Amino acid sequence: MPSRRSTPRPRVKVHPLGDSALLVELGLRLDTAVNTRAIALASALKKRRDVRHTLAGPASVTVRFDPDLITHDALASAIRRLAAKRPPVEEPGRLHRIPVVYDGPDVEDVCERLRITLEELIALHSRPIYRAFMVGFVPGWAYLGPLPDELVLPRRAAPRAQVPAGSVAIAGQQTGIYPLPSPGGWHLIGRSSVRLFLPDSDPPSLFRTGDRVKFFAAPG
Amino acid sequence: MTEVLRVLEPGLFTTIQDLGRPQAVASGVPRGGAMDRFAHSAANLLVFNDRSAPTLECTLVGPRLVAEAACVVAIAGADLDARLNDQAMPAWTSVAMAPGDVLAFGRRRAGARAYVAVGGGFAGDRWLGSASTYLMAGRGGMHGRALKAGDVLSCGESWRPPVAGRELAASRRPDYMERSLRVIDGPHFERLSPDSRAALVSSTFSLGTDSNRMGYRLDGPALDVSGDELLSFGLVEGALQVPSGGRPILLMADHQTAGGYPVVAVVASASMPAAAQLAPGDELRFLPTTIEHALGLRAVQRDALDSIS
Repeated sequence: MPSRRSTPRPRVKVHPLGDSALLVELGLRLDTAVNTRAIALASALKKRRDVRHTLAGPASVTVRFDPDLITHDALASAIRRLAAKRPPVEEPGRLHRIPVVYDGPDVEDVCERLRITLEELIALHSRPIYRAFMVGFVPGWAYLGPLPDELVLPRRAAPRAQVPAGSVAIAGQQTGIYPLPSPGGWHLIGRSSVRLFLPDSDPPSLFRTGDRVKFFAAPG
Repeated sequence: MTEVLRVLEPGLFTTIQDLGRPQAVASGVPRGGAMDRFAHSAANLLVFNDRSAPTLECTLVGPRLVAEAACVVAIAGADLDARLNDQAMPAWTSVAMAPGDVLAFGRRRAGARAYVAVGGGFAGDRWLGSASTYLMAGRGGMHGRALKAGDVLSCGESWRPPVAGRELAASRRPDYMERSLRVIDGPHFERLSPDSRAALVSSTFSLGTDSNRMGYRLDGPALDVSGDELLSFGLVEGALQVPSGGRPILLMADHQTAGGYPVVAVVASASMPAAAQLAPGDELRFLPTTIEHALGLRAVQRDALDSIS
């Protein structure tokens, strides 16, 4: 659940992203309150006639707009005004329960580096209800987090050229499931049979930004 | 729906593309669509189509197509030596084809991607609001794949019968030998070391062989970026990302929708058609510009398309 404590005044930075887009930074950390603001700002901006498309990130909004209708500066000012508003109270996202077989190729290495047992890793990874901070990167991928501090590791030094679909992975404060075979630099701790990319559904992704995800250990 | 052209030879990589599916980005699906939106739009307008109608994007080696029915076509973009019944065929011009006529391509002369439009627009599988081919998911266009020999292409009804001989004035056609892409400083420009800031705009880069519709990997001086790891954010076409290894990636039509590498520059939208016409091994340079200048160049291209009416 998003915290209802008073959130610090948002630190908003608006950068040009070429001649027809802006990147709005609302924060630097993985934080539910900041993500809620990003989602609210993205949907408020979408209603404007001069905005073509918005995409909320964990702590940012990417805004594609029509520079024939408004200047960068005028839109940036409008964004600062909108971002200063208190976001509406967020409905809790849909809850997904995802089975994981914790036998990924990096699981032993991860346990060793974190100095924990496999049982502890499973307990730590499957305990929280994670938030989908952003859907993106490849079709159906969601950045989930925050991970318990005990599981935080930097990315692998050498990314893999191909990670199998269904791999459950961790890196930094985040966890996720690879929906399709793709390159990847995260640590692979398990696998899941749940299909995340649903090409014949609309939207074609199981997860949506703001959804909640709980993992549970499944027998291999 | 009329069966209009049959594929005799598919060429190297010929796909059906339109202007893409921007709404799908929320699900992590790239916007996609024609790499060179100017040439795609011009080809459509020459045959009285809406600029969003599907065209064929022909990469480096074009296809051989035989007409099954009378039609009007237009080719724009790269000069891949288009020929109609073995005679040189004018580019950026609408041309009539009779049943049995053969449209073929020869050697690459300039650019990398030629667009073929047909009056009425090519029909393709629509997926998430667009007929653009997206190989990774195997959806859109010709069953989510590149054309192959034996495929039959259909076209829709023309709202206004196309005529032969309409052209885009030579002075309004892009110069695809231009290898200097205009760039605007990106949100993470400050993360570049001073030497790398200079190298970005004073060096010649070349397209790596591992470049494709997702992005161009650029060989040249390694760019040195510093700072903490970034949270992922939404990306746009034309963004120049620098991963930790320092080898920059220029994001193209099928780019990943989000990422966390620093974006040190963004190519001006008016330079994206020229970027789309680069092939592996081609050299390019980056020329810094202002937003105002970039918007001026964009207006010139818009006026060129508006002149086809």
